[in-house]
Amino acid sequence: MNRHAQAAVLFLLGAALLHAGSTDLYLRYVKAGLRPLLLAAGIVLVAAALATLWYERRRPPETHPHPEPRIAWLLLLPLFALVLVAPPALGSYSASRTGTALQQPYGYPVLPAGDPLRIALADYAGRAVYDGGRSLAGRRIAITGFVALDRSGTPYLVRMALNCCAADAQPVKIALSGRIPPVLQPDAWLEVTGRYTPERTRDPVNGGPVPYFEVTSARPVPVPRDPYDETWNG
Amino acid sequence: MATTTRTPGRTTPGPPPGPAPGRTSGPSSPLVLTFVLLLVAVGQGPIRRGLAAPVMQSWMTVFVAVVVQALPFLVLGVLLSAVIAVWVPASFFARALPGRPALAVPVAGVAGAVLPGCECASVPVAGALVRRGVTPAAALAFLLSAPAINPVVLTATAVAFPRRPEMVAGRLVAGLVVACAMGWLWQRLGRAEWLRPPRHAGHGGRTKGEAFWGSVRHDVTHAGGFLVVGAAAAATLKAVAPQSWLRAAAGNPALGVLALAALAVLLSICSEADAFVAASLTEFSATAKLAFLVVGPMVDLKLFALQAGTFGRAFAVRFAPVTLVLAVVVSVAVGAVLL
Repeated sequence: MNRHAQAAVLFLLGAALLHAGSTDLYLRYVKAGLRPLLLAAGIVLVAAALATLWYERRRPPETHPHPEPRIAWLLLLPLFALVLVAPPALGSYSASRTGTALQQPYGYPVLPAGDPLRIALADYAGRAVYDGGRSLAGRRIAITGFVALDRSGTPYLVRMALNCCAADAQPVKIALSGRIPPVLQPDAWLEVTGRYTPERTRDPVNGGPVPYFEVTSARPVPVPRDPYDETWNG
Repeated sequence: MATTTRTPGRTTPGPPPGPAPGRTSGPSSPLVLTFVLLLVAVGQGPIRRGLAAPVMQSWMTVFVAVVVQALPFLVLGVLLSAVIAVWVPASFFARALPGRPALAVPVAGVAGAVLPGCECASVPVAGALVRRGVTPAAALAFLLSAPAINPVVLTATAVAFPRRPEMVAGRLVAGLVVACAMGWLWQRLGRAEWLRPPRHAGHGGRTKGEAFWGSVRHDVTHAGGFLVVGAAAAATLKAVAPQSWLRAAAGNPALGVLALAALAVLLSICSEADAFVAASLTEFSATAKLAFLVVGPMVDLKLFALQAGTFGRAFAVRFAPVTLVLAVVVSVAVGAVLL
């Protein structure tokens, strides 16, 4: 790949990073806090492309002393994947193959008033398992997540928790009881409303604790702006 | 070609004169690039349908995520490396580092603590240090310690293990010990010919600006290509291997350490995030988790690809396995004392 082609690839890659960082696309792959770095890297790549063209313009044509790296062609793969395919955030396929990553919370801040109480899935799971559901009992609760079915067809509501990028994303799962919708499509996003139940089970993959949630109603919702749960980023 | 003063009119027998304008081996790369872009743009419908299976979607998400996450840090490392190559004179390092390599190694290892990035940033910087005349043993100690013990990584570890400050201490101690030991080992046993001689010592710039941007362009396209290889390997593992395999190894302490060390190599998670993954592997012993944290920033698929690209394959196939063995041994020793 000669320098002109390298400049073109750098430009496209930088533009793709700027595109992903200036829309919500990047939230499918990395944590929200990485956005300034993505934009800065995009600007540097575009600048490197323009600088290469600028210096090539003044360079006499015969001074190409060594072959340029052929491995640079591989940079086209993430470019195509990001721009043409833009794969969705990790969903039920990963969730059903990975054990729940529920961790004991640092503390249990007082929950706000409101009915129903809207609470993050991992927050519900943490309070239900490690606090005996004390702050949850007696409240009407609404939780958003996507549906995943395990091998026996048991439905879970899942949110992927992410620390840096999708490579380290891990699911937090709650099991559903009560008035579950008759047909559940994996990866469908739902907001379920219902109440705390002390019932628990274990994740078949890693034996981790999975609390139940007693559903009274469920409605489909669009994919949230940030599909991942980033509360553990501190 | 010693005959530079040839007069233009005379015919010359023997080898063809001078560098041919434009290499004649194959079509020019801008042309190929244009065709590839056109083909993919035209065929995007079938390509998308072919990639619709859940396993492929999951593979691509992780692949794109690793590349997108690593690129800013790679760019940061490349910029630093270009600054070192162009503006920091070799004499600076001669003064900053002790003259004796045996002393320069620990100093460089501790200096790794100031590079606030992950392993993608440290590889190009270490490459620039070697090109700038820093003794390879010291540059390698820096390469290993920087992603393992910098403040960002240690803070993330403290957050991930809120009630276990000894995990942070263990990571710091084991990381430094392995980095220095590898530096000293290289000084005793390493051979210069395993390190690929810097093919691009000067980037042929007439001005400092041209040299700087030439270095950035070369390093991003080169190291970026290797990053893609590493990301593809990590995504394949994440999409294909089920986590239930791990559970079988958790029961046995020795097997647990080896399993998590292998997992660290294969997953290639950024060192700023690996502590959270380690914390979630609750079935494993603390020593096994420490091994995961020590091995991850020093040896993994993505890093191996980057090292092979920067220092040459002959270097990477010797350096990475020895580092892996040493990291596991040191983790077990530190784990026995601290955890």
